[in-house]
Amino acid sequence: MIKAEHLIKTFGQTTAVNNISFEVNEGENLVLLGTSGCGKTTTLKMLNRLIEPDSGTITINGNNINAQLPEDLRRGIGYVLQNNGLFPHYTVEENISVVPNLLKWDKKRTRERVIELLKKLHLSDNYLTAYPNELSGGQQQRIGLARALVANPPVLLMDEPFGALDNVTRSKIHQEFKALDELKRKTIIMVTHDVQEAFELGDRIALMDKGKIVQMGTPSDLLFNPINGFVSNFLQDQRLQLEFRAIRLTDLWEHLPGGGKTTSKSSLPAETDVWTTLEGFKFHNGESMSVLHQQKNELKTITFGQLMAAFSEHKTQQPHE
Amino acid sequence: MNEHQQTLFEFMRQQSDKLAVQTLQHIGLTFISLFIAVLIGLPLGIYITRKKQISGFVLGVAGVLQTIPSIALLGFMIPVLGIGAKPAIVALLLYALLPIIRNTFTGITGVDESVKEAAFAMGMSRWQVLFKVELPLAMPVILAGIRTATVINVGVATLASYIAAGGLGEFIFGGISLNNTNMILAGAIPAALLAIIFDFLLSRVQRLNFKKVRKVVIAAPVIIILLSTLYFIPSAYGSKLTAGFTPEFMGRQDGNLGLQSKYGLKIHTIVINDAVMYKAAQEKQLDVISGYSTDGRLKAFDLVVLNDDKKIFPPYYAAPIVREDALKKFPLLEKTLNLLAGTITDSVMTALNYKIDYLHQTPERVAKDFLTENNLWKPAKNGHDGTVRIGSKIFGEQYILASMYMMLIKGYTNYDVATKTGLGGTKICFDALTNNQIDLYPEYTGTGLLAILQPSAATINTLHGDKDSTYNYVKNEFKKRYDIKWLQPIGFNNAYALMMRQQQAKKLNIKTISDLKRYLESK
Ligand SMILES: Nc1ncnc2c1ncn2[C@@H]1O[C@H](COP(=O)(O)OP(=O)(O)OP(=O)(O)O)[C@@H](O)[C@H]1O
Ligand SMILES: [Mg+2]
Repeated sequence: MIKAEHLIKTFGQTTAVNNISFEVNEGENLVLLGTSGCGKTTTLKMLNRLIEPDSGTITINGNNINAQLPEDLRRGIGYVLQNNGLFPHYTVEENISVVPNLLKWDKKRTRERVIELLKKLHLSDNYLTAYPNELSGGQQQRIGLARALVANPPVLLMDEPFGALDNVTRSKIHQEFKALDELKRKTIIMVTHDVQEAFELGDRIALMDKGKIVQMGTPSDLLFNPINGFVSNFLQDQRLQLEFRAIRLTDLWEHLPGGGKTTSKSSLPAETDVWTTLEGFKFHNGESMSVLHQQKNELKTITFGQLMAAFSEHKTQQPHE
Repeated sequence: MNEHQQTLFEFMRQQSDKLAVQTLQHIGLTFISLFIAVLIGLPLGIYITRKKQISGFVLGVAGVLQTIPSIALLGFMIPVLGIGAKPAIVALLLYALLPIIRNTFTGITGVDESVKEAAFAMGMSRWQVLFKVELPLAMPVILAGIRTATVINVGVATLASYIAAGGLGEFIFGGISLNNTNMILAGAIPAALLAIIFDFLLSRVQRLNFKKVRKVVIAAPVIIILLSTLYFIPSAYGSKLTAGFTPEFMGRQDGNLGLQSKYGLKIHTIVINDAVMYKAAQEKQLDVISGYSTDGRLKAFDLVVLNDDKKIFPPYYAAPIVREDALKKFPLLEKTLNLLAGTITDSVMTALNYKIDYLHQTPERVAKDFLTENNLWKPAKNGHDGTVRIGSKIFGEQYILASMYMMLIKGYTNYDVATKTGLGGTKICFDALTNNQIDLYPEYTGTGLLAILQPSAATINTLHGDKDSTYNYVKNEFKKRYDIKWLQPIGFNNAYALMMRQQQAKKLNIKTISDLKRYLESK
């Protein structure tokens, strides 16, 4: 759906983006990952023409973005800023209504949509008349998201949307983010320098360094088939956690013991990743959990020990490492 | 002018018409110029946020404009814009410009980059970003600039009376020259109140939240325009000739009041400052002006004195007046000051003044040349037997006299001299003397009589406008009341006089004040 080809952007002496090409499919969530200053924001801003590339082309649905007025282009693309960028002189309602007003929606429609979004983002109506400085960082972040989503744009650009939050709030918002139906159908390009976040939220990850994409692929591609030392080093610190996130129970299926007793509790889908399953043990009072593999139509009941054993068996069979 | 001691309240009530007009003019002047300054300053301030290269230059120019002394700025305006409302408004607007431009610039550049970026990212156009985001967010800072400009304008507008633009300055400066405290206060208190009220109101507006500021910002131009209309420009027409009188002359029995009562002279009159009056006469902005008979500008601007055929202008012989305690402290002082007695006649004084006003020589040089020619000059002894403090009013003649006295004291005695020249009007000078801040300054018999002693009309009549009886009267009274001594007169009589351009006077065949009256009354 979005296709970027040979993008180059220099600021004076620094080449911020150095010949980048990528494609994002409809409904996909691509994460641009990399250390500070590697050109993530610059790449993102070229997609809605906040920055014009020196060379290269960008098309959305086959249309060159330069064919449109930048204002019109931007009204059709949701944008969440690195540090939320809410308008301090507007109330929450006015902040969220900016794009509908620019698109000249009628007042009633705008209002209904704003209230609908607030509900989805678990914010009370009381906040409609509040000003951004009266909100917590997490609430501001949600308003920023609502503002980007309000006109239901097919494409959403997010620049470190959860960067300014503490870890607890962040993982809570991550959960909500994944659960939000509004986002399911959208094509999302998200920037982060947080590896965890990239693995948790990205369908694919583009790992960037010094203005170039070093490797682009699914989380497990990056984790288990790194193309060079840079990629594996980049993921090294949090390797185990990332593997827990990248590996799903389906990957371990053959190593998990069959049969077992069926507990009365509802079962986990086998697409669940190891990390989430481990978290499940934390909240699950019983010793074991049931997992349902829908395609194979198999139900397995596993304990914590069995899960860990399966995980290490799976690991030893991996080609690299 | 006041027979008994009037209270401030009585004065204000008696003059309530004038006070109301002046106050309204004052508000009007302030806001017309403020309005134009906003009209120019706001867009200019916005423009230089877009063209940062020229921002330094624009702010620099506005800053320089602000440092020009107000009187000088008003003076520059006269050749270009004449006198009256126009130059006053332009001058005020130039002063108001800097805070408005500067605050608009800082306000807008101070808007958070990420907020601006968000605005663009949402799909706002440049203009939408300006009006929906940048201006509202910069508004508190911009309002602070307008507030500063308003307060500056209320203050500077008092000077508008210097160039016949009205306002509360008429009372303030009239009062200073007439030694009338009530009159000064009647102008100064309302002016101060205006400044405080506007400052307070604007500070409230500044503190409103964004919603309400939006409404105020919409209402502001309407309010400003309404306030501006309070200023009905004093018309310069309506009579064959226009007279420009100083505020001092306007309020004096031996000035405009006498012209009206003794001559029955009715002429369209505007109030104007002495510093610009002669120039305005030369530029044909004014036809008749009140001046001093020894003024150098008479010669410089080719003006002619109208004969005072009914003798309303009393004699104004100049003499140094000295504190008695200073005379005791400096035994040689009296003799030294009297060296000048009788040496300077009217025509000599006019010539000396001419050198200052027209040839732009320094008072020191003119004083030294004169003393040298008259064999009075001696090199300074640089003694240290105490310091004599000489004061002077703020015009050339007084500067020359002060310089002469300084040279004489330094040359003939071992005293040192400190000068405090340029002490506003009579009141300021005389207060400095009685408060022991200066030891002496040159004063005029008429001024001593009418501005300082202010005796009853009956007493004045007994003096018959006579040179010697006036001198003796003030000498005795000053000694009695203030312990101040009038030394011997210097010789010249710097009396009030009405003057016109030589050419016009000749054409209209006007030689005396009675001729002027007759001409004005003829159809
Ligand atoms: N407007 C600009 N002017 C000059 N240099 C810029 C500009 N914007 C970005 N750069 C430079 O380009 C490079 C890439 O910047 P970019 O903002 O894209 O980095 P980033 O990956 O988003 O970093 P971060 O994680 O810190 O936000 C940096 O070296 C930065 O200094
Ligand atoms: Mg960035």
